[in-house]
Amino acid sequence: MMSLDSPPAAVPAPDIPTSTRPGLIELFVAFAKMSLAGFGGVLVWARRAIVDQHRWMTADEFNETFALCHFLPGPNIVNLSVVFGSRFRGIPGGIAAFTGLVGPPVVIVTILAALYARYGEIDALRRILAGVSCAAVGLLIAVIFRMMMPLIRKRDLVGLVVLVAVFVAVGLLRLPLPAVLLVATPLSIAITIAMRRRVTA
Amino acid sequence: MNSDANPVFTLFWTFALMSLFAVGGANAAIPEMHRIAVDVHHWMTDKQFADVFAISQMSPGPNVLIVTLIGYSVAGVAGALVATLAMCGPTAVLAYYVSRLLARSSHSRWPAIIQAALVPLSIGLMSASGLILTLASDRTWAAGLITAVAAVLAFATRLNPLWMLLAGGCLGFAGVI
Repeated sequence: MMSLDSPPAAVPAPDIPTSTRPGLIELFVAFAKMSLAGFGGVLVWARRAIVDQHRWMTADEFNETFALCHFLPGPNIVNLSVVFGSRFRGIPGGIAAFTGLVGPPVVIVTILAALYARYGEIDALRRILAGVSCAAVGLLIAVIFRMMMPLIRKRDLVGLVVLVAVFVAVGLLRLPLPAVLLVATPLSIAITIAMRRRVTA
Repeated sequence: MNSDANPVFTLFWTFALMSLFAVGGANAAIPEMHRIAVDVHHWMTDKQFADVFAISQMSPGPNVLIVTLIGYSVAGVAGALVATLAMCGPTAVLAYYVSRLLARSSHSRWPAIIQAALVPLSIGLMSASGLILTLASDRTWAAGLITAVAAVLAFATRLNPLWMLLAGGCLGFAGVI
């Protein structure tokens, strides 16, 4: 994908370069909308709404903010809502965006959970769910490959090695997550620093 | 094991702790959720876990709401709410403080380095999720084929993902899998 709206020069991104500052209700509604539209993940919709539709952030700023939320633990789109909301409207803004994102779908999912608990054993429903979960896994795999593309395009060999190592540790060896992260995180940071030194040297 | 303890407390501590280790988001935490819900606490079977994942993907909202479903199956509505808040709350607070901290020290090159270092890590975790969920839901060749076709379509086209979920549901209903 090409980002047409980002300036060609390496201008340091100003804090808020965008059209208008969203208000509390606007934040709640915007995040509720992208959340309810976000079947199989909200990220795509969040990007569409924040960057393309409302122009609250440039594509680069969105990537930066998302990377921050990606590096923080926890559901990253939830983190994004809090960081994004509070950036424009402080703590109330963060809460508005958070409740917009999580509130409405939690109600829906709880209802679905109740239906599943009651009717989950019905054969037709089991078959439908089995089919849906196959497709859902496919969607997840597509997202993973999309995220991998920048690493492949940049020929980031070190990054790809780290990626495969984590995949093997957690996916194949089924090691507990905290243990893997305690080893992999400092290692990856050390490698990144070493690589940058080599590039600048 | 404190399995006699109130399951709502167990849910709370389990997910609050997990949220702090869930680097790369909810999908990256799926291997750990699977390990805890299926292997450690026996809250659900492998098949039920795949079902719950399917429901969470079918329903709107962030993917993290899979914990709402796990919570519900353990302790009803209270479990659903507690699991959701435990998984989202602690890291939301952390995210708020860290983003403020970084905004103040924007000259530092550390944030960029840490982010660059963590991107491959979180993609690796998501790949592990992909594998675990593939193993849990694709038990037949036809099922694997549906997954592969959905993956290619979602990667190469801008088709709304909902259509693929719908098609998967129809094929499942027709008994293809």
